[in-house]
Amino acid sequence: MFKIILARLQQGHRTIKYPDGPPPELSDRFCGRPTLDAAKCLTGCRACAEVCPTDAITITDQAHIDLGKCLFCSECAASCPNQAIAYSKDYRLAVRQRQDLVITQNQQSLNLEAEMSAKLKKLFGRSLKLRQVSAGGCNACEADTNVLNTLAWDLGRFGIQFVASPRHADGLLITGPVTENMKLALKKTYDAVPDPRIVIAVGACAISGGPYINHPQANNGAESVVPVDLYIPGCPPHPLTILDGLLRFLGRHNADFPSLVS
Amino acid sequence: MIQNNPRLATLINGRAVPLEAIAMLTLDDFQQAIVEGVAVGQRVSAMFGAMVQPKANAVELYVVLADDEQNRLYAGRTRIEDDRFLSLTPRCPQVHLFEREIAEQFGLKAIGHPWFKPVRYQHSWTSLDAWDRPSDQPILPGVGDFYRVEGDEVHEVAVGPVHAGIIEPGHFRFQCHGERVFHLEIALGYQHRGVEQSMIGGPNKRSIHYAETLAGDSTIAHSTAYCQAIEALARCQKSARAQMLRGIALELERLANHIGDLGALANDVGFLPTSSYCGRIRGDLLNITAVLCGNRFGRGMVRPGGVGFDIDAARVSEMLRRLDAAERDTTVAVNLLWDTPSVMARFENTGPLPRGIAIELGIVGPAARASGLMRDIRLDQPSGIFRFTHLPVSTCDTGDVFGRAFVRWLEIQQSIKFIREQLSAVPAGSARVAVGSLLPNSFAVTLNESWRGEVCHAAITDTHGRFARYKIVDPSFHNWTALAYALRNQEISDFPLCNKSFNLSYCGNDL
Repeated sequence: MFKIILARLQQGHRTIKYPDGPPPELSDRFCGRPTLDAAKCLTGCRACAEVCPTDAITITDQAHIDLGKCLFCSECAASCPNQAIAYSKDYRLAVRQRQDLVITQNQQSLNLEAEMSAKLKKLFGRSLKLRQVSAGGCNACEADTNVLNTLAWDLGRFGIQFVASPRHADGLLITGPVTENMKLALKKTYDAVPDPRIVIAVGACAISGGPYINHPQANNGAESVVPVDLYIPGCPPHPLTILDGLLRFLGRHNADFPSLVS
Repeated sequence: MIQNNPRLATLINGRAVPLEAIAMLTLDDFQQAIVEGVAVGQRVSAMFGAMVQPKANAVELYVVLADDEQNRLYAGRTRIEDDRFLSLTPRCPQVHLFEREIAEQFGLKAIGHPWFKPVRYQHSWTSLDAWDRPSDQPILPGVGDFYRVEGDEVHEVAVGPVHAGIIEPGHFRFQCHGERVFHLEIALGYQHRGVEQSMIGGPNKRSIHYAETLAGDSTIAHSTAYCQAIEALARCQKSARAQMLRGIALELERLANHIGDLGALANDVGFLPTSSYCGRIRGDLLNITAVLCGNRFGRGMVRPGGVGFDIDAARVSEMLRRLDAAERDTTVAVNLLWDTPSVMARFENTGPLPRGIAIELGIVGPAARASGLMRDIRLDQPSGIFRFTHLPVSTCDTGDVFGRAFVRWLEIQQSIKFIREQLSAVPAGSARVAVGSLLPNSFAVTLNESWRGEVCHAAITDTHGRFARYKIVDPSFHNWTALAYALRNQEISDFPLCNKSFNLSYCGNDL
C-alpha cells in the first residue's frame, strides 16, 4: 500500500497542459506538413513523383502532393536535386474535405477550418463517444490512437471516449485500408451506430489505402464503405496530429491555434 | 551430437546461396528430413510454397530448419506436380499452419491434415483451390466449421472480428462449460492485405514500406530482416556503425512494447497504477526512437545498406538522458506488480504453456522463454551487431502469465543496458552504403529477434535478380496456436489477460 503511494509521488503529474499550454516538443527530425518551392524545380524533373511509393505526387502543369496518400517517408525531399520539397514541423494536418489534402505551389497551407456543424456540436461538443474499427492496417495508427487515452494526453479531459459497442457510440474512428475481409464488419458496425453519427478516417490507409493502394485485397480506404467527416493524414499520424484534429473538429480550438510552427 | 542432415543445404542467417545449392528432394525425403531434424531439437522456421518457374505447373515447397545449438540453418525443397500432397502435420505438429497456408496460397490439398482449414480466407494464387471453392465467389472470412464440443451444458462464445477496445480484428470461438474454457479456436485473416503477392517482382519503391508496415509495431524487426535479405543478395557490407544503430533501434522497439505490455497486463487485472504509468512511459520510449529518426515507430530508420539517420554526440546524450528517466520510472512502476498480492494471484498459474507443448508447436519469443526454452535469435542465429555483443537470454520456467510478464521485465533491463553500452562507444563508419543489384537465382534467409520472437524472411530471386518469391514469417504465425492451447481449462474471464500476455500480431499473421 505504501509502495503504491510512494510510486504515485515518484511518478508525478504528467498530463500535458496542451491545449491550455504549448504542445509537447516534437523531435527535430519530425516530418509534418510538406512545403513546396516550385521556383526551385528543374524543368522536366520528375524525381519526386517517381520515387514516391504511393504516387502521392503528381506533376501536371504543377506539382500536387496528396497528403491523403503521403506516408511522410520524405523520399521525395531526399531525391530532389534542388531542395524544392521540405518537411515542416507543422503537425496540424486534419481537414474536413478530401480535396483539402492536396498541396500545390499556390495552395501550400491546409484548410484547417474543421469545426462540425452547430447541430452536431450541440450534441457532441462536450461528449464524443467513438467506436474504433481497425480495418486491416498495420496497427500503428491504432497504437497512436490508443496512446491518447494514456495519462500524458488524457483524451477524457475533452469528453472524448472510446466505447466498447457501436450502439454506445456517436461515430467511428477508422484505421486501415478496409481489407476485403473487414469490409462487411465495418459496414455492420457503421449501420449499428445511431444517427446522427460521424466518421473519422485516421492514417494514410484509411484515407486512400496507404501502402496498399490498388491491392485487390483492400479497398483504398474508409470511403469505399462509409462517408467520412474528418481526415487525419499520416503514417501513422503523431498523437498530437490526431488530438489537434479532434479538438478542431469539436470546435475546442480554431484554425488559428496555435500560431504556425514552421 | 546433432548432425547436419546431408540432404539439406547449410545456410547462415543473412547470407545468400545459389538456388541450385538447395537439393531438390522427393516429398518423402523432404518430409523425412524435417521429421529427423525436429527429432534432434531443430525448429521449422519456415515452410512455404513458391512458383519459381511460373510457366511450369509445379509448386516447389521449401523448408528452413533452425538448429539453435549449432547456430545454423538448413534448407531443402521438393516439387509438387499434383494438386495434393501428403500432410506432414500428424508426424510433425509444428508445420500445421504452414501446410494450411501452402494449401490456401497454391490450391494444394494437404491429405490427412487433422484440421484442414484456410488461414487467411484469401483466394488461391493459382487456378486451383484446396477446398474447391469457385474462384469468382467471394470468400467469407471466419466462416466454416469450428471445433465443437457437444454436451447439454456446453455453450459457445464467439468474439470478434470487431473487438471492444482499440485493437486489431480477429475471431475467437470458445467452447465453454460455465466459466471454464474447454477449447479455443482462433480464426484470423481480417487484416490480409496481400503483401507477399505484392513483393513478387520487387524490390521496387514500395517494398521497404511493405516491410515497415507488415506489423506496424515491429517496424524495425521486419525492415531489418528485409534490408538484410537485400544486402545478402547484393553482397553488400554495412558499416559497424550502421549495425549498431540498427541494434539500438531494435532494442528501443523491444523496450517500448515490453513496457506497454506490462502496463496492459496490469490494466487487464484492474491494477491501475502500473497500467497508467507504463502507458505513459511507453510513449517516452517511442519518443526516443523519434529522436533517432523522426518517427515514433522507426519508419525510415532502417534502409538497404544501413540506416536512414545518423547520430552525433548531442543526439546520443539526449537519448541517454531520456533512457535514464524512463528506466527510473519503469523500475518503480513495474516492481509494484510483483509486490502486489492481488496482481500476482491473477498472474500466477494462469494460461500455462507447458515446456513440452512449446517445443512441439515450435513456439518462439518471450512466450517460449517463459516456458523455460532458451530460444533467442540474437544468441542462436546472430546477425548484425548481435554477432559482436551478446545479451543474456532471459527465461522463466513457470510458463504462465507471470512468466511471460517477468521475462519481459528481465528483457527490459537487458535492453537498457545494451543501449547504454552501445551508445557509449559508437563505432566510426558511414550510416549507409550504396547497394547494387541482386544476384539472380539465389536464396537468402534472414532472421531477427523481434520483441514477439523470431522474424523470418526468405527471398528467392529469378534470372533477372527480381523476387520470384518473398516469404515472411512473423513470430505470431507460430505463436497464435500457443494462445489457443494456453486457454484450455482456464476461466473465460482470463482470456484478455492471457491474450495480452502473448500480445501477438494479427496483421503480422495476416500479411
